[in-house]
Amino acid sequence: MTPASTTASRQLLPVIPLAALFFAAFVLPLAALVAISLFRTPQFAELSLAQYLRFLSDPFSIKVLSDTLLLGAEVALAALVLAYPLALVYVASGQFMRTLITFLIMLPLLTSTVVRTFAWIVILGRDGIINSAMLSLGLWQAPARLLYTWEGMVLALTQIQLPLMALPVINSLLRLDGNLTRAAEGLGASRARTFVTVILPLTLPGAIAGWLLVFAAAATAFITQTLVGGGRIILMPSYIYQQAVGVQDWPFAAALSLVFTLAVTGIVFAIGALSRRYVRGIDAV
Amino acid sequence: MQCSLIDRIYSGVVGTITSFGMLLLLAPTLVVVIISFTGGITLKFPPPSWSLRWYVELLQSQEIIEPALTSLKVAAAATILSAVLGGAAALGLARSRLKTARALDALFMSPMVLPAMAFGLSLLLVFNLLGIRLSAATLVLGHTIICVPFVIRMVGASVQQLNPVLITCSHSLGASRWYTFRRITLPLIRRGVIASCFVAFLTSFDNVPVSLFLADARTEVLPIKLWAILEGSLDVRVAAVSGVVVLVTLAGLVCAEIFGGVSRQIGSR
Repeated sequence: MTPASTTASRQLLPVIPLAALFFAAFVLPLAALVAISLFRTPQFAELSLAQYLRFLSDPFSIKVLSDTLLLGAEVALAALVLAYPLALVYVASGQFMRTLITFLIMLPLLTSTVVRTFAWIVILGRDGIINSAMLSLGLWQAPARLLYTWEGMVLALTQIQLPLMALPVINSLLRLDGNLTRAAEGLGASRARTFVTVILPLTLPGAIAGWLLVFAAAATAFITQTLVGGGRIILMPSYIYQQAVGVQDWPFAAALSLVFTLAVTGIVFAIGALSRRYVRGIDAV
Repeated sequence: MQCSLIDRIYSGVVGTITSFGMLLLLAPTLVVVIISFTGGITLKFPPPSWSLRWYVELLQSQEIIEPALTSLKVAAAATILSAVLGGAAALGLARSRLKTARALDALFMSPMVLPAMAFGLSLLLVFNLLGIRLSAATLVLGHTIICVPFVIRMVGASVQQLNPVLITCSHSLGASRWYTFRRITLPLIRRGVIASCFVAFLTSFDNVPVSLFLADARTEVLPIKLWAILEGSLDVRVAAVSGVVVLVTLAGLVCAEIFGGVSRQIGSR
């Protein structure tokens, strides 16, 4: 070894303990997960792809997966619609407003997930805020069912994951060259047109990054899905939990969690790659 | 003239959605704190009367206090482990241009991308196959892996900003590696370390997907206990727990902001 490469390798010495831990408690378990998913029965008899075929040929399982991905997509889209105006106001405001918005974004980010979910149970419940308000205003005759519905779940998850969207969108708006928007407005474009033709295309990568974060977080949000969605809406996280802990069918649970992981990370990776290509396209112009 | 009309509609839409967004961000936290002072026995909002009865009830609920203590201990242990191991790794990785270093960096960040439920399930299966009994130690192990990516990113960012000349100077003036670390490196990356400890602690304290599989009756943690309570009934004691958690988190945020500038660290992530 040359002296230079020895020093370069010596720099990596402090990395060894963590690398060892990750091998034992991360790489090895995931390898075991893959191995277990390849057994045909819960008693670990016979290697085959039976679990994956069982998943693919079962309309119920397919529906659970597609519902879960749809939930992630809907929540991420709703969060995007809320985050852009918030970010536009943030960038245009002075110090006080910026601190206020930062605080409001950090607040749910740091409050425990169960606490945030619990808040939505209070808001959406039979005697909750929305029902009380609507009844006392005389707009509704009887309390509506808001908890344990798909729409309630989308609303709760949108609020819970909004910070993950707002931060990257604000960051990319802050990096946007102000001269470009001033030039567009100076040339007579309306603010709406400036937004659509200048701001939106240039901050799209930040928006996509946020969309992917919220998509993955909402699709995997076990607590909110089970407590606000209720027992009748079955999504991948609770399906995996039920198969692993309730039924104790480990090979199928392993296959389910791998299919789910592949679906979520596959979408994140594919859209992320498209977004990077788009950025190179902008830079080339 | 048409332009200004469009402008006014545009500003109106942006303003309305922003106000709604800000209300939406704030409301749930406020609601939780308000409902925790209800005098009623249901989650009726607004509360019919005010009292501290649910906080009193909480103090007498051993079955909630115990999981809370377990959560605090597990989070403390996972924070220390991930800060020490992750911090050391971040120092080693930050300056290295080796391919190995980049591969390891990707490995250490991957718990953030991977759905944590798959990881939690995989740990449960391995512990079962190896005949390792679930305990607080196995829980800490799982949480440490989940916390490491935050430490790697935040401490790594601090190390990147460190001027390497300072380290070389210290060495050439005869200081040992340990002395240099203690007196030069550590003080300069302090903010990143404190901020990452804060985030790691919250991440572990709040973790559900890993605890769901690794916590058993003896090592029940707070989020899982609260989830189990809420699945069964809409217990108002959960509001009191939530009130305590919100206040403690706010106090922690203020401390972390003063010592670690945590909002800047999280914002730039």
